Amino acid sequence: MMRRVLLTAGLAALPLLFAGNAHAAGGHPKEPIEHEWHSQGLFGSYDQRQLQRGYQVYRTVCSSCHSMKLVAFRHLGQPGGPYHLDACPEELGLADTVDCSDPAANPFVKAIAADFTITAGVDDSGDPLSRPGLPSDYFPSPYANQQQAMLANGGANPPDMSLLVKAREDGRNYIYSLITGYPGLPKGPAEIPEEITVPPGQYYNPYYHGDTLSLMKAEYLDEDGHLLPGVHAPDGGSFKMAPPLSQDCLVTYEDGTDCTVEQMAEDVVAFLQWAAEPELEQRKRMGGFVLLYLFAFAGIVYASYRQIWRNVEH
Amino acid sequence: MAHESTYVPGTGFERWVDKRLPVIRLGYDSFIDFPTPKNLNYWYTFGGILAIMLVVQIVTGVVLAMHYTAHVEHAFDSVEMIMRDVNYGWLMRYAHANGASMFFIAVYLHIARGLYYGSYKEPREILWGLGVVIFLLMMATAFMGYVLPWGQMSYWGATVITSLASAVPLVGDPIKTLLWGGFSVDNPTLNRFYALHYLMPFLIAGVVILHIWALHVPGNNNPSGVEVQTKKDTVPFHPYYTVKDGFAIVAFMILYAAFVFYMPNVLGHTDNYIGANPLVTPSHIVPEWYFLPFYAMLRAITFDIGIPFTDIVIINSKLGGVLVMLGSILILFVLPWLDRSRVRSMRYRPIAKWWLMIFFADVFLLGWLGGQVAEQPYILISQLATAYYFAYFLIILPVLSVTETPKPLPRSISEAVVADKAGSKKRKSPLGVTAGGTQPAPAE
Repeated sequence: MMRRVLLTAGLAALPLLFAGNAHAAGGHPKEPIEHEWHSQGLFGSYDQRQLQRGYQVYRTVCSSCHSMKLVAFRHLGQPGGPYHLDACPEELGLADTVDCSDPAANPFVKAIAADFTITAGVDDSGDPLSRPGLPSDYFPSPYANQQQAMLANGGANPPDMSLLVKAREDGRNYIYSLITGYPGLPKGPAEIPEEITVPPGQYYNPYYHGDTLSLMKAEYLDEDGHLLPGVHAPDGGSFKMAPPLSQDCLVTYEDGTDCTVEQMAEDVVAFLQWAAEPELEQRKRMGGFVLLYLFAFAGIVYASYRQIWRNVEH
Repeated sequence: MAHESTYVPGTGFERWVDKRLPVIRLGYDSFIDFPTPKNLNYWYTFGGILAIMLVVQIVTGVVLAMHYTAHVEHAFDSVEMIMRDVNYGWLMRYAHANGASMFFIAVYLHIARGLYYGSYKEPREILWGLGVVIFLLMMATAFMGYVLPWGQMSYWGATVITSLASAVPLVGDPIKTLLWGGFSVDNPTLNRFYALHYLMPFLIAGVVILHIWALHVPGNNNPSGVEVQTKKDTVPFHPYYTVKDGFAIVAFMILYAAFVFYMPNVLGHTDNYIGANPLVTPSHIVPEWYFLPFYAMLRAITFDIGIPFTDIVIINSKLGGVLVMLGSILILFVLPWLDRSRVRSMRYRPIAKWWLMIFFADVFLLGWLGGQVAEQPYILISQLATAYYFAYFLIILPVLSVTETPKPLPRSISEAVVADKAGSKKRKSPLGVTAGGTQPAPAE
């Protein structure tokens, strides 16, 4: 009987087979690097120190072009967030009545928010009002609107980063591979492949979902514009984002961690994953309890089933 | 009800109620003392699982509706607000989104069970037809639900599917305008989809009641396909099937929880985490996995059908695709009259059984093809797979109804059970003998 249950359960999991194939299309980017993440696996959680470093990279590097509209400062202080505190640090000498586990009262969150200028509402004469940020504010965008963003970035609109990890196939590994995979960077080729010409204002990356066919130099093509025999178009494509982490120590870590390109990339991707899935830790923790409960319950119900049916031939 | 009521009101209150509205009697006769064949296997548990999933979807859906904003400017952000700021909002949304997938897993296995054991045959044609109605309502509900988060796939999926209406001659364009509430997929579309997405589950619940009613008149089919003859063939629904269905439901919940808590986005598409943008078309528009077989059939029709040797087109490829896709589901309504074999269960139909297995494989193949890009060789394979899908219903089953010699049927369910036991013992015993024969077979 259990055999049949297992068979049924196996069939029930079949849609997983489809899940992977729904995205095959366009170009031939290089497969992203399989990186080890602190948050992966059944029990994976965020490394808070890493999230803090990642935030530092985001703030120093990414945020000059990329918005993160769905994240509020207070989220940084929520359980699982980069600056969550269980209790107020003693060295800050805060009053006993302050509850630092409350994101709105968290001193780090308040300081980070105050560092931004927020334009919200109007003053008494009807003019737009600017004020320092509060924990309840959302991260302001670097550009006033999409047109301004495109003008400043050679016609490309830098995507919002709130959900970037979930909005790309294998998001963590993809973003990590992309930002460390430019020519000359640790995970990239030594140089731009010689078969292609990269247009001015664009950057080649083997992990980008683009197409290098249109970039092929004339000597590798026949009269009809097809590849000559034996010539392969290189992986990836070119796009308008300059290497954001072009050299070591663009960010100097406050905690003294070695600021290599790979380290900064890993940290910022960890932060971006938190931005996309702030509930991850709570979700996995609850999942553990739910599954334990269900397995125990299934065992009890199965035993009852055997007991009740013991005298029925079926 | 199909069987004599055995309900005896135990208390004064029950007698009082029973005289006025015998609702306790109805519940007792339907779900406590209902005589159920004793040989139902786990394939028969998906009905109960589906009932639970419908309740889960309605409960999580109502909570989500309390926080959702059906407006093109706010829909995407309001869903993210649910994910980030509503207490356990992520749980509600992941449970609802993955719940839709679980619902379809269960309904496909439920339908497959019906096809294998011939549950659509006389006297259960109406039961089967109501099931197809539920399936159609489910598909409409799921499609509209997928539009609500207003991501890229929501928007472009809605555009592709609603545009299919324009394939209908004469009234196609007015229908499309009516679906859109304007001249493109826009705010009115989102609003009406939201209203209908909230309405349709309750219609489903209504048809489910009819479905259960239609089940309880003839009673359950069973793996032997032989009707119940005596009381010895049955057990009361409670506790026998409440506990068996209960175990299956809990086991199914384990699968469901594994998705919700550990891989909540595996069954979705990454592009739907990008807000809808009418100016940017995704490179590859695909529906949710549960629509892929039908999507493959839609795209398989790449040719016009007209009068040979002339340029007259009667059915263009677009309309042809729509007709084939709709037909693939509507054909299920007439299945009871296409399969004329008097034997219900494929257990006793040695030839039809294998054609059905190929049919199941064909549906999986179509599902895979639905996720591929529309180019060769996928188009040709889709056309062949679509042809087999229809041939199974329109040619293979009608022909086999006449030509196939079924195996002898057991005289009763009890006899089928005894034969089954003997069969499985026989299958097990040779395992005791090794190939070299050095080890003596265990004495039996």
